[in-house]
Amino acid sequence: MKVLVPVKRVIDYNVKVRVKADGSGVDLANVKMSMNPFDEIAIEEAIRLKEAGKAEEVIAVSIGVKQAQETLRTALAMGADRAILVVASDDVHQDIEPLAVAKILAAVVKEEQPGLVLCGKQAIDNDMNATGQMLSALLGWSQATFASEVGVEGDHAVVTREVDGGLQTIKVKMPTIISVDLRLNEPRYASLPNIMKAKKKPLDEKTAADYGVDVTPRLSVVKTTEPAARAAGIKVGSVDELVSKLKEAGLV
Amino acid sequence: MRAYDRDDLMFQLWEVAELASLIEDSDLDRAAVMGILDTADQIAGDHFLPLGRLLDEEEPRFENGRAIIPEPAVAAIRAHAAAGFIASGFEPAHGGMGLPEIVHQAAAYVFSASNISLAGYGLLTVGAGRLIQSFGTEAQKRRYLEPMAEGRFFGTMCLSEPQAGSSLSDITTRAEPVGDGTYRITGRKMWISGGEQEVTDNIVHMVLAKIPGGPPGVKGISLFIVPKRRADGAPNDVTLAGLNHKMGYRGTTNCALNFGEAGTCIGELLGEPHKGLSYMFQMMNEARIGVGMGATALGQAGYQASLAYARERPQGRAVGAKDPTTPQVPIIAHSDVRRLLLAQKAAVEPALALSLYCARLVDLHARGDAGAGQLLDMLTPIAKSWPSEFCLEANKHAIQVLGGAGYTRDYPVERYYRDNRLNHIHEGTHGIQGMDLLGRKVMIDGGAGFRALMAVIRADIAAAQGSDLAARLAAALDRVEAVTAQLAAGVMRDPDRGLANATLYLDAMGHVVMGWMWLRLTRAATRVAARDGDSAFLRGKHQAARYFVAREVSRVDGWCDVLAANDQSAFDMETEWF
Ligand SMILES: Cc1cc2nc3c(=O)[nH]c(=O)nc-3n(C[C@H](O)[C@H](O)[C@H](O)COP(=O)(O)OP(=O)(O)OC[C@H]3O[C@@H](n4cnc5c(N)ncnc54)[C@H](O)[C@@H]3O)c2cc1C
Ligand SMILES: Cc1cc2nc3c(=O)[nH]c(=O)nc-3n(C[C@H](O)[C@H](O)[C@H](O)COP(=O)(O)OP(=O)(O)OC[C@H]3O[C@@H](n4cnc5c(N)ncnc54)[C@H](O)[C@@H]3O)c2cc1C
Repeated sequence: MKVLVPVKRVIDYNVKVRVKADGSGVDLANVKMSMNPFDEIAIEEAIRLKEAGKAEEVIAVSIGVKQAQETLRTALAMGADRAILVVASDDVHQDIEPLAVAKILAAVVKEEQPGLVLCGKQAIDNDMNATGQMLSALLGWSQATFASEVGVEGDHAVVTREVDGGLQTIKVKMPTIISVDLRLNEPRYASLPNIMKAKKKPLDEKTAADYGVDVTPRLSVVKTTEPAARAAGIKVGSVDELVSKLKEAGLV
Repeated sequence: MRAYDRDDLMFQLWEVAELASLIEDSDLDRAAVMGILDTADQIAGDHFLPLGRLLDEEEPRFENGRAIIPEPAVAAIRAHAAAGFIASGFEPAHGGMGLPEIVHQAAAYVFSASNISLAGYGLLTVGAGRLIQSFGTEAQKRRYLEPMAEGRFFGTMCLSEPQAGSSLSDITTRAEPVGDGTYRITGRKMWISGGEQEVTDNIVHMVLAKIPGGPPGVKGISLFIVPKRRADGAPNDVTLAGLNHKMGYRGTTNCALNFGEAGTCIGELLGEPHKGLSYMFQMMNEARIGVGMGATALGQAGYQASLAYARERPQGRAVGAKDPTTPQVPIIAHSDVRRLLLAQKAAVEPALALSLYCARLVDLHARGDAGAGQLLDMLTPIAKSWPSEFCLEANKHAIQVLGGAGYTRDYPVERYYRDNRLNHIHEGTHGIQGMDLLGRKVMIDGGAGFRALMAVIRADIAAAQGSDLAARLAAALDRVEAVTAQLAAGVMRDPDRGLANATLYLDAMGHVVMGWMWLRLTRAATRVAARDGDSAFLRGKHQAARYFVAREVSRVDGWCDVLAANDQSAFDMETEWF
């Protein structure tokens, strides 16, 4: 079985995000970019499936700017076997919307015929939480979202999902799309020898046009603003004082 | 938060040290280097940085001859080794990765800034392993190098003894031939970093000792590989006599070791007899640059902590603000606090530039560039000492920015200061470095190395085409050059008197070299601005350079006055007059 893992290049979670002066988005010029943390978890899970003998090949796909090949190199260094870069924009500030991403992925799936797509539940830059679900609809495949445990057993997968009330375990038919949540696993560090090996692994480059997908944005960003600054805190002298302050504020 | 400035490190690697040209025809490319530094960043952030305070408060414990270190440290040390950051310091033949020294050092910088005493174990292992790599037999390399690269064995450097620190010719550890090619080692070693720990299966001690009947002094010192355990796992009669209780660097065990208490400690000779110290010296450049890099990393960590604090801490109002009901401003709004921050920035950034410049010279030298080797020899005492002195000063400023908070252990800045205070002392004290610079490096080959350095700096000054920075640096350079000629003549006449002001000379030369580094940093900043547009980051480089020239390079003249006047107040001070 092949496992396909889409990975997105996003602003690093450590970076203090700044809104562009004209409010059109956040400033990405000269900012550290990394793999979306949820996608790291998806890659890790795919590699574990391979290590457990349940998958033969792990393919990482990224859709975006050319620089996303660095993100793919990270996936390869972690243990993915090969990578596909779909260049869909040359402007780092252009976000490719979930529907366009899902359409491109659907085309890649048709070409590669994986038995499983493991994706992050959302990207930390725009928090859309939509690509996996859209891909499922486009392919007519089953889906299991927000996975915190994944078991592949023959022609189906058993997935524990993080839902509002707690955990839910479902069984889905393969091929399937699983979107992963934070607690599924702890991604490994890419070791130095594997980073060196990654350079020699295949990385195919395509364009959105190769798949006949139009990536022109359908949404328009009206305004981007910084969150309101946090109000100054106070120090309380005792638990009693804390409780009375919370009551005053109507919080308890 | 990071303990180092990643943007600055990237700028310095790619734009100032021009790493791309160095890796052009190697297995590495930009993405691989970025990947390596990302892994360093992650492990340092997850495992090193969070342990700073814990390892400072819970010193290693000495129990029944064992050295116990806190459990989380063990996990951190293993994660670092498992990812390949020790292998990165070795050649590929025996489990190493053959990375350029500059990349290895850049990663070491990330770890050192995040937790210097944890980084110590790996750095020592690389230092010890490189001796075996350079001078060992194939069998020795097979036996020790691979496990060291994998982090299964760690290494130590056993030079110092209670009665012989700076003066290694006075060591008394003995090595007597057993008859089967091995040697029986007896003696006491002192101050041995990493001398005992239970993280690894074995410890490979690189021990300086004298073979009876050899020449006296340093010419009779040989180097031995003395493992804690023999090949069959049996103990090799190396005993931990006790742990030293240090001011800083507390996560690294520091040991008094007894070799051969029971007469059964066996060592293998490394290389030829009586060449031990010369072998050590051949590895000294890297080790000393590493110390400078560590001092720089600690300076940087203090700078980052105090900068973050200064942006947040509200205190006082603008001098001209008359209304006491207005909110207080963050202290970064005060000019004197900005001075304290700028002083740190102006010291730590060129110190990093010099460390990377020297690491690059190591790489060029390894490729057969003799000129790089000559320049490296010349710069090494400065690369070790200047950060030890002036990045320590930066740590003092960091404490000051935090005010009362800086003086407490609730914040890391006082710890950085304590950690950094070591760098003046080990790998050749500050005084020894001054004598090395003026008494040896400047004098060697009739001053050829010194002239080569002057020429390289002048070429960069010429390329800067009359900027204010270049002009003032040129004047300081002329001054130092003239003073050097005068001092060199003095050293020839009377070495004792001539070297009496060697540390002051070390400071003066160091300041000129750092002014030169600022020239290189600003030149790169100008180039990047032309290519990618100007930015706050790039403007900060120019401003810090301006500060350094105005406040620091200007001091060179005063120091040169003292040197030129041949002040002998210290030399002539008689012991009884104290
Ligand atoms: C935390 C720590 C870790 C260390 N780790 C190691 C290690 O792993 N392995 C190892 O072998 N050693 C290690 N050392 C030892 C270190 O290298 C020595 O402390 C150093 O060489 C100085 O020797 P000393 O302490 O005996 O001081 P001394 O040599 O007694 O020096 C005392 C003072 O006298 C000055 N002085 C001495 N001789 C001269 C001279 N000829 N001219 C002018 N001034 C002079 C020195 O500059 C210094 O200021 C470590 C030390 C410390 C504190
Ligand atoms: C060990 C210890 C003992 C102490 N004992 C006592 C005691 O017995 N009684 C007591 O009352 N206090 C005591 N103090 C408090 C001490 O006086 C304060 O720490 C000191 O006044 C600095 O105030 P701060 O710590 O709030 O730092 P801050 O005032 O926050 O200063 C932080 C930094 O900002 C700078 N800064 C602040 N305002 C300005 C400005 N307007 N212009 C320029 N720079 C500015 C400061 O110079 C400093 O570098 C003690 C402190 C310590 C550490």
